[in-house]
Amino acid sequence: MLTILFDGVAYGMLLFILACGLTVTLGLMNFINLAHGAFAMAGGYVTVIMMNRYGISFYWCLPAAFIVAAFIGLILERTLYQWLYQAPHLDQVLFSIGLVFMAIAATDYFMGGQQQLINLPPELSGRMDVFGVGVGRYRLFTIILCAVLAVALQLILSKTRFGSRLRAAVDDRRVAMGLGINVPVVFALTFAFGSGLAGLGGAMGAEILGLDPNFPLKFMIYFLIVVSVGGTSTVSGPFLAALLLGIADVAGKYYVPAIGPFVIYALMIIMLIVRPNGLFARGGR
Amino acid sequence: MSVVQQETTVMANSSTASATSRAAKLMKRRSRIRFYEIIIWVVAIAAYFVLPSKMLILTEIAILALFAVSLDLVLGFAGIVSLGHTAFFGLGAYIAGLMALHYVAEPVTGLIVAGIAAGVLGLFTSFLILRGSDLTRLMTTLGIGLMMAEVANQMAWLTGGADGLSGFLPGPILGLFEFDLFGKTGYIYCLVVLFVGTMIMRRIAFSPFGMSLKAIKGNAMRAGMIAVPARKRIVIAYTIAAVFAGMAGALLTQTTSFVSPDVLAFHRSADVLLVLVIGGTGYLYGGIFGAILFTLVKDWLSVITPQYWMFYIGLLLVILVLIGRDRLARWVEYLPERFSKKEDGR
Repeated sequence: MLTILFDGVAYGMLLFILACGLTVTLGLMNFINLAHGAFAMAGGYVTVIMMNRYGISFYWCLPAAFIVAAFIGLILERTLYQWLYQAPHLDQVLFSIGLVFMAIAATDYFMGGQQQLINLPPELSGRMDVFGVGVGRYRLFTIILCAVLAVALQLILSKTRFGSRLRAAVDDRRVAMGLGINVPVVFALTFAFGSGLAGLGGAMGAEILGLDPNFPLKFMIYFLIVVSVGGTSTVSGPFLAALLLGIADVAGKYYVPAIGPFVIYALMIIMLIVRPNGLFARGGR
Repeated sequence: MSVVQQETTVMANSSTASATSRAAKLMKRRSRIRFYEIIIWVVAIAAYFVLPSKMLILTEIAILALFAVSLDLVLGFAGIVSLGHTAFFGLGAYIAGLMALHYVAEPVTGLIVAGIAAGVLGLFTSFLILRGSDLTRLMTTLGIGLMMAEVANQMAWLTGGADGLSGFLPGPILGLFEFDLFGKTGYIYCLVVLFVGTMIMRRIAFSPFGMSLKAIKGNAMRAGMIAVPARKRIVIAYTIAAVFAGMAGALLTQTTSFVSPDVLAFHRSADVLLVLVIGGTGYLYGGIFGAILFTLVKDWLSVITPQYWMFYIGLLLVILVLIGRDRLARWVEYLPERFSKKEDGR
């Protein structure tokens, strides 16, 4: 029971790291980016290549995954995404689905369609006993890292100058530009940062979520659930939503394996009907 | 009653009358049969005689076209971005398969039952898309599509799970026309259903009802202010579209004698969106033009790169969006506007 809860929390934390970049693009920049999972996949494959081909330590792979995914995000944002911020939602959806398809086929071409495995360093594999509860070491590592990241994100967004610029740019783009904030740069950096986080999440999730070319499609719905249920006005909303989703998904798969995924989708639809603006939305909008 | 007042009443009456007649003329002009419509149906029939070896791909085009036209009713007219239109397509496909397997082998019965079943699902799910923003609708439709796929996968005793349904043969259509080996009957059958379906949807789309849908798409709040019941209209349009999507699915089952969980896969929803983007939204025939182009391109790509054609489909989507799909879809306006000039009473 507690093990399931623990696994659920780890899973949820991972989902949060994967999805929080999407919170920014989707919620704050109002861009429906279905291709977010592709950045996560990029991070995952960077890790796989570095570890399995060149034998680089797992700990070095994580920042590398972040940097590579962020770099890809930055390039794509500057070359393609920025033209579509004002486009209708249908265009954004089509565009990002196109990107997903390209990413899937390209990955399939270069890496093959099989599931990729990574070998975790020995100190992270296996389980240990904490007060009678079986705790996977890697999951504990995930939880700690993700929690640190979540706190850091919250602090960056609320305390730093960049965070306040971002919030200003999001609240009212024109006024922010009038105040001398370079909105495109802020958006580009944020997009890159969000993509980087997704890459990091993909790298860490390669062990828990699995990694194959269909990753962006398989987890697209999860990211969207986290964002739409959590709302987009805060960091804590998606965080709680991700935790709930992680626990519900793990518990659902464990207790009622036959209808596990069904429960998640049904919950999401009900949630969207009852609270169309997210579980923790602050009214208005 | 003073003379002045009388005069204004008369003038008001006459201006209402002229407005009504002008509106009627506008509706008539909008719904007039265009030149390209005749061409496309003639070409479709000619293809039967000219390309006897291409029956299977022509059938595929006809099915995809019906599916896309039904989505256009939702997307191009009601303005709802749906990522879950396959839910109806897949349901129709499974219902038709189950009908043929267990009850009636006659295809038209199966087609109608599949349409009704998909329509019922459409009616129930349409209430879910009434609220919220584009994103919420997107998520809800996507969620419904995924749920249907999950149901089909889990209810293996009914749907055959991942293996799909097979081992049934559709009987002769209406007891008269046997399906032949080369798919000739199948093509004619699909073409007739496509024609009837398109004509029905055309009648709906270019009626005042269709106009009110476009008004809702343009601005739901203003549409409400001129007394257009937006919720009711969306429910009706969504249900009708679901019926025809279900029929398209049934056609696929009946012409291939096989149903796989692939009919509910996400990429189908994306494909049909792409079809509409290629052909253009908001005038129904975009679905047909798009289906022809899309199927030919896909066929050509899958010959060149059997495994990685998805990449080029994705590339096509990205390019289409970046150069602006409006610009691309406008080509149809360069075609001759009207078939005959005699109705033009302006």
